[in-house]
Amino acid sequence: MNKHNDNPYANPPERARVIKRHGLFTRVWHWVNLVCLVILLMSGLQIFNAHPSLYWGNDSSFDAPALQITAMRGDDGAPMGVVRIGGYRINTTGVLGLSRDDGELDARAFPAWATLPGPQWLAMGRYWHFAAAWVFAPLLLAYLVYTLISPARRRLVWPTAAQWRGLPATIAHHARLKFDHSADYNGLQKLTYLLVLFGLLPLMVLTGLTMSPTMNAAWPWLLDVFGGRQSARTLHFIFAFLLVAFFVIHLGLVLISGVFNNLRSMITGRYRLGDDAPADKDNRHA
Amino acid sequence: MRDSKLILPDPKRRRLITGLGALGASAALTGCDSLSRNDRVQDLLGATDRLTRAAQRLVSSRESLAREFGERDIAPTMRANGSTDPSNDDYKRHAANGFADWRLRIDGLVRQPADFSIDDLKAMPSRTQITRHDCVEGWSCIAKWTGAVLGEVLDRVRPTSAARYVVFHCADNIYGGPVKYYESIDMVEAYHPQTLLAYGLNDDRLPIANGAPLRLRAERQLGYKMAKYVMRIELVDSFASIQGGNGGYWEDRGYEWWAGI
Repeated sequence: MNKHNDNPYANPPERARVIKRHGLFTRVWHWVNLVCLVILLMSGLQIFNAHPSLYWGNDSSFDAPALQITAMRGDDGAPMGVVRIGGYRINTTGVLGLSRDDGELDARAFPAWATLPGPQWLAMGRYWHFAAAWVFAPLLLAYLVYTLISPARRRLVWPTAAQWRGLPATIAHHARLKFDHSADYNGLQKLTYLLVLFGLLPLMVLTGLTMSPTMNAAWPWLLDVFGGRQSARTLHFIFAFLLVAFFVIHLGLVLISGVFNNLRSMITGRYRLGDDAPADKDNRHA
Repeated sequence: MRDSKLILPDPKRRRLITGLGALGASAALTGCDSLSRNDRVQDLLGATDRLTRAAQRLVSSRESLAREFGERDIAPTMRANGSTDPSNDDYKRHAANGFADWRLRIDGLVRQPADFSIDDLKAMPSRTQITRHDCVEGWSCIAKWTGAVLGEVLDRVRPTSAARYVVFHCADNIYGGPVKYYESIDMVEAYHPQTLLAYGLNDDRLPIANGAPLRLRAERQLGYKMAKYVMRIELVDSFASIQGGNGGYWEDRGYEWWAGI
């Protein structure tokens, strides 16, 4: 955003170099995916609220959950919201365990503003969740196949040898909030997208399927991979919040590394290179 | 893939993008709850129920078994959910004399409607299995179930070729409400080798809290399908005329008929 000129026509073409960074499939997938993930997260929190405890293993050890979000009476008798993790107890009144909905105090794990639908409504939360999953999962599969078979896409997410070696320097560079505007992603970016695309997102689908009793009968190996249905439920929850963390960092970096240029590249596909970015053909990806 | 092109930024396009972004954000923030109450949206979302059912039938064979566990995996107590002590007089009378006069009625689209006592059922081919019970709320509990194989029981009454669903009519008015609990499964699930009419839990008689004298075990489905306090089994070609018409107590209250996920 710092390098944009008010009048783009004032520059000779070689100084206003704009490339086509993202193809149509990538752009459509990105935004459809965003809608799906928001629905999946919020309806997922609605489903979680029906039994706001997490366990490890095949079944639920009701008296010793790994994590529990609940409401209780404090020492002064006033209701409070708490998160229990192992032996620790954190007061989360107002957000987790106990929150206000239309001014009324409500004992619920995640607050109404974070769930879909807002009121406690498990059946509807499940409908939203599975409907969004039916859009999300097939599109994800198609997109992963596309990323693997398209040479340009593959180059855009797989770090070069130099990028692997330069990872520590790239991390240091990012820590000082310095960003290049070159056609290629940097090593850290590529590694992050790789982990999210081929790690977190498929794991969300697989841990989700592991919670289905019919899928357990069809593909029993799911239970072995994730250590049981309740482990899979806990992992599903952890991976969901790793995705939220990715989203926050992703959004932050999009905002501070040239928000207009970044947004445009994901809407029209066009991305403006920095003045100092190398322009050789190998460094660009259609 | 096309070669990269050098193009100039277009100020008009920039305004369009900003405008579209704002429009999308405001649409997303309003009306998800009103969408949830819209009949058309509910129908659309409900279509995924049938999609899930078709997909799961595709990847799981008729015979694919739910996982069975070992003795040491059995939970200290099998959590009882929904009704745990039906309060109507008829049920209480049966409970008081140990279900000695209780009979399971099987009728509907069958050639030989019949009544079965608990001893009749115990004399039929049985199965004992240690399986995981999954509640729609999210929890799981492992227990050992013993019961008559439903497919074998159905063979005694000889379903007609028109029979498509097995409906379980129960004794309990869940949460003290005006209607009795009921559930339904299709013939594929009914003839699955692990589908039982269970009368035993953890080597003991099935307790009242868990559905005495008889409850359904359909191990590839969620807990709400597994009707407790079963009094009558009816074979039908459609459940449209039974109670709310959706095939079960919870289905009439918005839950999916296909409870495989």
